[in-house]
Amino acid sequence: MYPHKPALEFKGNLLTLMVLHLLESDNDKIAEQLAKKISKAPGFFQDAPIVIDLHAIQDDESDIDLSELVKLLRTYGLIPVAVRGGNPQQDETALNLNLGILTETKSVRHRRYLEPETVATSSPSICKIVTQPIRSGQQVVSLQGDLVVLSTISHGAEILAHRHIHVYGALRGRALAGVNGDNEARIFCQQLDAELLSIAGRYLVNEDLPENLRSQSVQIYLEDDSLKIDPL
Amino acid sequence: MGKIIVVTSGKGGVGKTTTSAAFASGLALRGHQTVVIDFDVGLRNLDLVMGCERRVVYDFVNVINGEGNLNQALIKDKRIESLFILPASQTRNKEALTIKGVARILEALKKRFEYIICDSPAGIEHGAIMAMYFSDEALIVTNPEVSSVRDSDRIIGMLSSKTRRAVQNLPPVKEHLLLTRYIPKRVNSGDMLSVQDVQDILAIPLLGVIPESKSVLQASNAGIPITLDKKSDAGQAYLNVVARFLGEDPPPREKKGFLTRWFGK
Repeated sequence: MYPHKPALEFKGNLLTLMVLHLLESDNDKIAEQLAKKISKAPGFFQDAPIVIDLHAIQDDESDIDLSELVKLLRTYGLIPVAVRGGNPQQDETALNLNLGILTETKSVRHRRYLEPETVATSSPSICKIVTQPIRSGQQVVSLQGDLVVLSTISHGAEILAHRHIHVYGALRGRALAGVNGDNEARIFCQQLDAELLSIAGRYLVNEDLPENLRSQSVQIYLEDDSLKIDPL
Repeated sequence: MGKIIVVTSGKGGVGKTTTSAAFASGLALRGHQTVVIDFDVGLRNLDLVMGCERRVVYDFVNVINGEGNLNQALIKDKRIESLFILPASQTRNKEALTIKGVARILEALKKRFEYIICDSPAGIEHGAIMAMYFSDEALIVTNPEVSSVRDSDRIIGMLSSKTRRAVQNLPPVKEHLLLTRYIPKRVNSGDMLSVQDVQDILAIPLLGVIPESKSVLQASNAGIPITLDKKSDAGQAYLNVVARFLGEDPPPREKKGFLTRWFGK
């Protein structure tokens, strides 16, 4: 009746697993302490799946003997299923032992989520307009969108924007566009004498500015991961 | 009600105290009731330049602390009828200046004087902020050199953010640029910034240019405000500054050659 009824399904699921954190790579020590722990509650460990965490020892020079450890765990009735936080060599050994590799580490996850996030938040952009000169020692930040300055940015002043920066006076201070990592951000100015230019973390200091573009009206943007300056 | 004018610069040694003394005596010479206050607590100099250091009994900090009254502390100038000096304390430090205390004294002075000139200490710390906090107008004293211009820029930024007028959202402090120790010869040879260069960077109205002059040092050592030296070109320039401040257009007279050279380029 249901010829296309699926015979299987893949689904993600969050499970609670016991994790064995290894703090040292000395196999003898591990065996000794493991025996002690397990003797206290042998039933608890029976047939329990377990993940081996290698974070603390991934840089250890005296490498751990994983196959030895897996054998040991199995003799106690534990079922090792995966490792995490190991170095490439440890991962390879684990794979050969038919163990899975859990890549989940917090820092990696954060980095992955950061980039799409900045693109997403750029939509409700609010432009900030400043008419007064920005003097030495002052800092103006536009956290939501563009920053437009109708006057001069003095030496020793600093302006930062989530997206583009437009300066209709002379730009003599520091200008940082795309401060949240927006590679598309640009800086436009009528007179380029900046102490520092930065887009999405890439920067040029005054010394790096090409002589022929000094005091000219220019735009600055990112191309192939480096700042490019074009006359307007 | 009197007007409070701060003489400030950020950088030291550019001529704040000389200007305070000259400007205050210039205003008093024109018949205005004027008092000049030394805010440089701990490094008091104004009384020396004004030639009244031997008559100091009570000072600014004494009045703030209620150890003496304002009339006891005010020193009347012997040469100009309508000029008074309120000296700084030499034995205290700048923390002795409190907003409340300074406000109380300035309020009292405003009732009695037309112009209250505040001689600011160098720097951007407490003393300088106290000197500028209640000001209505500011003379930004700048030398034609990069570091002085940079510091003036910083001070102008503070005038528009750290003063009472800024904090209470009142009309901003009116700024005047005063270029001192100017040497036209060195400007022409390119080793000194020109008036135009400085104005390009600071972008505030120019009130005047005071030439570098030997007579300034002589006068200050002798305790005479330079405006009282009739023969000094710097004194003349300060008198012109005062006239311009009062809204006049002073005749350049024989100094025309100078002026065209300063402003012409």
